[in-house]
Amino acid sequence: MPEARVIPLRPDDDPAPVPAPPPSWDEAVAGGLEFLRRRLTGEYDTDEFGFDPDLTDHVLLPFLRPWFERWFRVEVQGLENVPADGGALVVANHSGTVPVDALMTTVALHDEHPASRRLRLLGADLVFQVPFIGALARKLGTTLACNEDAERLLTEGELVGVFPEGFKGVGKPFSERYTLQRFGRGGFVSAALRTGAPIVPCAIVGAEEIYPMIGNARTAARLLGLPYFPITPTFPLLGPLGAVPLPSKWFIAFGEPIETASYGAAAADDPMVVFNLTDQVRETIQHSLYRLLLQRRSVFS
Amino acid sequence: MPPAVVLVTGVSRWLGGALAAELAADPAIGRVIGVDTVPPAPEVLRRLGRTEFVRADIRSPLIGKVIESASVDTVVHMNISATPAGAGGRVSMKELNVIGTMQLLAACQRSTAVRRLVLKSTSAVYGASSRDPAVFTEAMQARRVPSGGFAKDSLDIEGYVRSFARRRPDVGVAVLRFTNLIGPRIDSLLSGFLRMPVVPTALGYDARVQLLHEDDAVAVLRQATTGSFVGTVNVGAAGTVLLSQAIRRLGRVALPVPEPAMGSVGRLTRRAGLVDWSPEQMRFLNFGRVVDTRLLRGEFGYVPQYSTAEALADYARTLPPVVRPELVDDATATARAVLGRVAGGVATVRALAGDRHRSAPAVPGLRAVRDA
Repeated sequence: MPEARVIPLRPDDDPAPVPAPPPSWDEAVAGGLEFLRRRLTGEYDTDEFGFDPDLTDHVLLPFLRPWFERWFRVEVQGLENVPADGGALVVANHSGTVPVDALMTTVALHDEHPASRRLRLLGADLVFQVPFIGALARKLGTTLACNEDAERLLTEGELVGVFPEGFKGVGKPFSERYTLQRFGRGGFVSAALRTGAPIVPCAIVGAEEIYPMIGNARTAARLLGLPYFPITPTFPLLGPLGAVPLPSKWFIAFGEPIETASYGAAAADDPMVVFNLTDQVRETIQHSLYRLLLQRRSVFS
Repeated sequence: MPPAVVLVTGVSRWLGGALAAELAADPAIGRVIGVDTVPPAPEVLRRLGRTEFVRADIRSPLIGKVIESASVDTVVHMNISATPAGAGGRVSMKELNVIGTMQLLAACQRSTAVRRLVLKSTSAVYGASSRDPAVFTEAMQARRVPSGGFAKDSLDIEGYVRSFARRRPDVGVAVLRFTNLIGPRIDSLLSGFLRMPVVPTALGYDARVQLLHEDDAVAVLRQATTGSFVGTVNVGAAGTVLLSQAIRRLGRVALPVPEPAMGSVGRLTRRAGLVDWSPEQMRFLNFGRVVDTRLLRGEFGYVPQYSTAEALADYARTLPPVVRPELVDDATATARAVLGRVAGGVATVRALAGDRHRSAPAVPGLRAVRDA
């Protein structure tokens, strides 16, 4: 005879977890004071990549959050496809003239993922040459896009974010929106193969419209040493006001992870495997982009 | 098998003296010979114990005679100058570093007794640039080869040592690439830099700094001298700090300087006799450098006692801070007390105003009961 079991008839009757009340204003100020004390005495931890979790949690993420929630009203899909622990490589399309999409994906994974995962971005070397931006990028957890750093982060079980289109994607004209550019040389695939980390394809819709790039001032770009100098309907026409991004409605969708461990680490040296996987990731992202675009009613709602 | 006769170059400096003192205290080692161009300071001399001091320039052939006549079997080369001021100008610094090493290696190659060479090198050979990977392993090379100064000298020296190792395969060669050394007693480049009350930094950049405590440095050199490790190994403590963070922890004041003005600030501090930084060391302030130390912990077999943060804290003991941490603590405590009083006042006012703003308590238990 089977054992008697207690089956809750009305699971709804369990008291719902009480959400923590938002801190009162004096607690918030006290927290700010404590943060200032830590910053002045240097009593916080940073890692070998220059990542500063204290600054990220208390300054950078709170600054980005209103943009994420109010301005772009980001809708995140498929978070269950991002593993809760262990290394994984998030590969996304890149767009928007200024890499705001990378920052919003960071907020999405930290705020909306049940495990509050930190996305460690890989940035172009230009990012680290520019004063302030380079230092700030490192403090946010970004490091140079090279195989050594990617593999080191993946081996340490971090979630790594990469935009293989690079400047070709972020600086493409508005007329080419939502068409994926060439995916680099597949360096990200070989990093995943060598560490056996799954690849999570990620499609971002909405970032293309924040700064519609209708022209490229090549002379100014060459003078400033930049890969492109954007001209948008409002920039540089309206000056600093033109630097405010348009409030497009965003979707960030994480697709099913592509497993790489079964190929073995040696496959990283097999160009055929690397090319095939690169194409597979690229096509997956392109299809989810089309799917999301069909779902979207208009650019701004 | 412990070495019978050890020759240590650069013995008049703190690290060389400390290593010679350690070796001299080891009864298994027959003789310890210290070589330098200047006699050691009295307090160093006292610690050296039975070390025999030879005042010789490694650039002169005299060094060959010393190695030959004493039948030295282990040579520890650490007479590499990092600053032009210590060596009397950049020209003589380069001569001492590069020509001195060549002379020493020539003498070692001649001698049949030599069977081990330890080189104190530096992680500066990896350079410092925005295109570097975050962490250097021993197999990596500088993405941007250092163009001058100490780092270039060190690269040249490593090159000569490698070719020596090819010509004398019977000699075990250990190359130790040290990160920045720090501690209460050592007078290193970074300790001099951080001793200034106002520390110039590169505006808009923040370097990642990996340190090594002086005691760990001596222990690693000792183990490399008496042990059997052959090859190149990075030597650094666990963990890193940012330069801004190190300055704050030491209670110094950072003075961010825009990049074009860095050169004149370097000249100014050099003239004032504070620190002597070359442009290539200034670049280190922009990007910093971190090395992978798995080989040190594994194959070499040494785990540093101090982490980077602990080494820094140990150095801070000897350094009266400009901005005292108690001062910061007091200020925040006062601000907190004021805040508490204000918050109390606001709460009282609210209570007197009649609780109009207080939200109603959540009504419990009013939920539709779903039945099957």
